[in-house]
Amino acid sequence: MLKITDLKVSYGMIEAIKGISFEVNDGEIVTLIGANGAGKTTTMHAISGLLKPRAGSIELDGQELTKLAPHKIVSMGLAQVPEGRRVFAQQTVEENLTLGAYTRKDKPGIAADMEEVFALFPRLKERRRQMAGTLSGGEQQMLAMGRALMAKPSILLMDEPSMGLSPLLVSEIFHIIEEINSKGTTILLVEQNAKRALAIADRAYVLETGLITLAGTGEELANDERVKKAYLGG
Amino acid sequence: MDFLSYLINGLGLGSVYAIIALGYTMVYGIAKMLNFAHGDVIMIGAYVAFFAISDMGLPLLPAILLSVAVCTVLGVLIERLAYKPLRSASALSVLITAIGVSYFLQNAAQLLWSSSTKVFPSVIANGGISSGGLTVSWLTLITIGVCILVMICLSLFINRTKTGRAMRACSEDKGASTLMGINVNRMISITFAIGSGLAAIASVLLCAAYPSVYPTLGAMPGIKAFTAAVFGGIGSIPGAFLGGLLLGVIEIFAKAYISTQLSDAIVFAVLILVLLIKPTGLLGKRIREKV
Repeated sequence: MLKITDLKVSYGMIEAIKGISFEVNDGEIVTLIGANGAGKTTTMHAISGLLKPRAGSIELDGQELTKLAPHKIVSMGLAQVPEGRRVFAQQTVEENLTLGAYTRKDKPGIAADMEEVFALFPRLKERRRQMAGTLSGGEQQMLAMGRALMAKPSILLMDEPSMGLSPLLVSEIFHIIEEINSKGTTILLVEQNAKRALAIADRAYVLETGLITLAGTGEELANDERVKKAYLGG
Repeated sequence: MDFLSYLINGLGLGSVYAIIALGYTMVYGIAKMLNFAHGDVIMIGAYVAFFAISDMGLPLLPAILLSVAVCTVLGVLIERLAYKPLRSASALSVLITAIGVSYFLQNAAQLLWSSSTKVFPSVIANGGISSGGLTVSWLTLITIGVCILVMICLSLFINRTKTGRAMRACSEDKGASTLMGINVNRMISITFAIGSGLAAIASVLLCAAYPSVYPTLGAMPGIKAFTAAVFGGIGSIPGAFLGGLLLGVIEIFAKAYISTQLSDAIVFAVLILVLLIKPTGLLGKRIREKV
């Protein structure tokens, strides 16, 4: 479904992504793990069009994304939950969710999906008229996820959804990611919490300073000695 | 009675400042730049209205509509040609470009229409409403009415429509807005269009009160309205209204009770005082955020 081929991304003279290729198949959860500065967020930004790659291709269902204006990519069925959540703090929970459905025109469908998001995150429903900036970190993460789901994406990109959350909330977030996936949404997950990410991933890639150094199923990588040592704390 | 009449006149003048200040504050809110050419868009609007009424013989309303149309297109063009190529340049480059656009427009007007002052035709009947020794001119009433109308329409647009929500989203976080599928460049164009259209309305109100049209006409109201926007908290739409109205009232009071010559100095002194006490302006945003 999503196919990245020989992707290179630079910030000025500095090459952050040095030619990576990977793919995400229909219905999978695929995770990219790696240390800080490995290029995970850069990859995510390139896929969503926030950064223009220097070379390589990003194809979604055979359609080249690198040539599209970034705001067009959402309507192709690709949504992203950005790192650090980036909810619109000065708008209400409901307005944030409505913005998530910005590219859609089917009013009844949008209303139905909003109810579905509220069913997935009941706390958002309680706080629907509250300013997003007044939510707790966990609630903001839920809002960012709900907002991305409002685009009705076929593939959802998530960048560090567990960052800065309590262990209890992390479990809840990962549980919800599995639930979203089980309802048919393909997921590309970037995580520093490699253990949790590998546990739910069908397949995984290890990104190190702009290159993919390892690939395999979630289970294979979770049992790989090198991964254990570098990312799983022993 | 004098006090009341000064107050109403101040609100009238302040209404014009408020309408102009909106252009500054909305553009700042979304494009994070100070569009110093905004005052000169007012000047172009005044010339268009002048020619429409004096030369083409149009009635007032079609003349205003023509002026709004020309200024809207001009505002969008200025953004496209001068500011958009600098989207990722430093704030200083954009500021200098804005000053350049301002001089360009002033000199173009001088070249096209000469530097001599043209007398704006009287468009609004003299007289007004009198009661118990207090007279309020039609012009003042209309100006305040237009300002209230603009405020209501704009609030509805910004708060209730899909495009308004998207514009607010862009002013908070352009990257996240792009991830929602919002065309940020289009939102910036719409903002310039609205601000410039309002500048045209302000130009007619201004020329109805001070009926002379000349190439640097926009400079003083422009800088006053910019002050009003900062006064109220730049980026804040209610702040632009409050700042504009207060500035108008202070200016008229200063003229009436202290000194005509010093009125501008007093206006700016009040601004400095306000900013010393509250650097974000009266309604400037400082929202507490939990992380």
